[in-house]
Amino acid sequence: MNELIQESKVAAFVEHLPQTMLAIDKELVSKAVTTIKSTDFPTTRTEAWKYTRLGRIAAISTANQTAREGKNLSREDINSSYQISKTGLTFVFENGIFRSDLSSGEFPAGATIKPLTGCDKAELSNVGKSLQLENEVFHAMNTAHAVDGMYISIQDKAIIDAPIQLIHLITGKNTVSNLRNFIQIGKFAKAEIMQSYFALDAESSFTNVVSEVIVAENAHLTINKLQYEEEGNYHISTEQVDQAKDSIFTINTMTLNGTLVRNNLNIEVNGVNCITNLHGAYVLKSNQHVDNHTIVDHKQPHCESNELYKGVMDEKSTGVFNGKVFVRKDAQKINAFQSNGNVLLSDDATVNSKPELEIYADDVKCSHGSTTGQLDEEAVFYLRARGISEKSARHLMVSAFIEDVVNKIENEAFLNYTHSLLKERFGWDF
Amino acid sequence: MISIKNLHASIDGKEILKGLNLEVKAGEVHAIMGPNGAGKSTLASVLAGREEYEITEGSVDFDGQDLLELSTEDRAREGLFLAFQYPIEIPGVSNINFLRTSLNEIREYKGEEQISAKDFMALVREKSALVELDAKLASRSVNEGFSGGEKKRNEIFQMAMLNPKLSILDETDSGLDIDALRIVANGVNKLKSPENATIVITHYQRLLDYIVPDVVHVLYNGKIVKSGPKELALELEEKGYDWIKAEVDAQ
Repeated sequence: MNELIQESKVAAFVEHLPQTMLAIDKELVSKAVTTIKSTDFPTTRTEAWKYTRLGRIAAISTANQTAREGKNLSREDINSSYQISKTGLTFVFENGIFRSDLSSGEFPAGATIKPLTGCDKAELSNVGKSLQLENEVFHAMNTAHAVDGMYISIQDKAIIDAPIQLIHLITGKNTVSNLRNFIQIGKFAKAEIMQSYFALDAESSFTNVVSEVIVAENAHLTINKLQYEEEGNYHISTEQVDQAKDSIFTINTMTLNGTLVRNNLNIEVNGVNCITNLHGAYVLKSNQHVDNHTIVDHKQPHCESNELYKGVMDEKSTGVFNGKVFVRKDAQKINAFQSNGNVLLSDDATVNSKPELEIYADDVKCSHGSTTGQLDEEAVFYLRARGISEKSARHLMVSAFIEDVVNKIENEAFLNYTHSLLKERFGWDF
Repeated sequence: MISIKNLHASIDGKEILKGLNLEVKAGEVHAIMGPNGAGKSTLASVLAGREEYEITEGSVDFDGQDLLELSTEDRAREGLFLAFQYPIEIPGVSNINFLRTSLNEIREYKGEEQISAKDFMALVREKSALVELDAKLASRSVNEGFSGGEKKRNEIFQMAMLNPKLSILDETDSGLDIDALRIVANGVNKLKSPENATIVITHYQRLLDYIVPDVVHVLYNGKIVKSGPKELALELEEKGYDWIKAEVDAQ
């Protein structure tokens, strides 16, 4: 009798991808491999993927990963097209592979910054510690197949003024890039990290990035993240964040391009007196599908979290927002605010918004809300009655709507760069 | 300046304006009064270019141009200004940004250069003083959180900034206390010149104590049924509209 062994689709998907060579816990890798073998891509029957279909990613023919040969690029190319801040350290990765020839800048004092491939076992001992692998195929895929990524370790009390920039380029056809980042910010330290994702001559390519972030006691970390991979490419990312007491963590996520983008933010607030800020803007057109899933887990009292996500959907695009805030039993005196606003510019655009609060403490201040609408036609008329063309009137209103969250970006270079991309892609001036 | 002939307009198949005639020359102030439902606000809306209204008959000549052929924004660019009865709140769009866009689009239309930031701010200071509008309001979101009086003053501030040929004030006095009314009227009077004209649409005579009209028209049942000197407004205040209705209905 023949026994039919059916391999999971995920196992077939990763078959031709390189195994990770990183010095991470071997047990972790074998656990990830087990998950890959036993789990399929989530379908819309899985609650966390209810509104996002992964068929297009699953259908990538991964057999031929030729684009792993580096693109012929120079530092000037990076400088002129992709580098957001002219100061600080810039690390460039192509398809998950570190490109030292394209990276530049001064290493700041008080920090160890290098590619993960250059890290030893001791440095990577905490990798994967709080990342869920079970039922999380993309986490598992990343763990078993991560090629490289950034290792950032900021010493206690070190203040890093200039931003640390990670630029990731995906190139070629059907390329799968598994990028892993490990970031730890020491006690009383402060740093700012920029992550930007672009596609260059890429088609049906997929970036799967996992960033693990540990923010120690009284540390301040800001992550500015920009997703601008060309249409026809896919991107899934997870930020797994652990906040210790008195720390401040802020992330601004700007998603302006890419056919399918899914962002998972898992923030575990493990200490008292923390501040967590999650801001996101998604401005979409054509067939883009962007899904932001956030979890803020308040486990300790006296913390504050502020979440603001805003989206503008045009043509046939779809936005998804699912924000979950947990307030655990002992987490009293929590102030948690969550808001999601959407504007639909076309009859064919869609939004699915689901703000959720789960509160087990009894002395907290929490609010959440979601709005979806079209532009106020009365306001458009009012602006036109003052000599403003209909196009400019709509643009003024849409940009006012989205600027509310874009302006949360404090880094001027990153803000300007975001504006320049909005102009490039949508023709908007700010 | 503007010549309206036999204007018929309807909304949702219901005729509101039924052959309205009006002629306003440069340098003049005309008041249009009338009972509720006479078509006063419809007239303002039709002139500003609201698309819900269908023009079934008649013509409007605005300084040699066929006004009805122009889009709302082009009417504004040609120098028509409507002060809204209910100014719209636009969250997030600053008054300043809005007005700069407006001014520059009008200038572009006329083939003029964009206004410099310095000149623009000087203009804002000068014109906001005219209606005693706090400079802080000028930088806030358009009408958001403004009191009723502030909204109306903001309308006149915009009018001052854009310097239109013809201004239509649609019930600008409604809901204003006497101080706000005086400020608004004072602003309008200061902007008056031999080159521009004003149509004041109002329900109450009170405003006309401050903005003195050259001609008063009574709009009733979609037509101008009576026109006269400023004293007509006083007569209407005293006797109401019933005698006019009776006079018209008798014809």
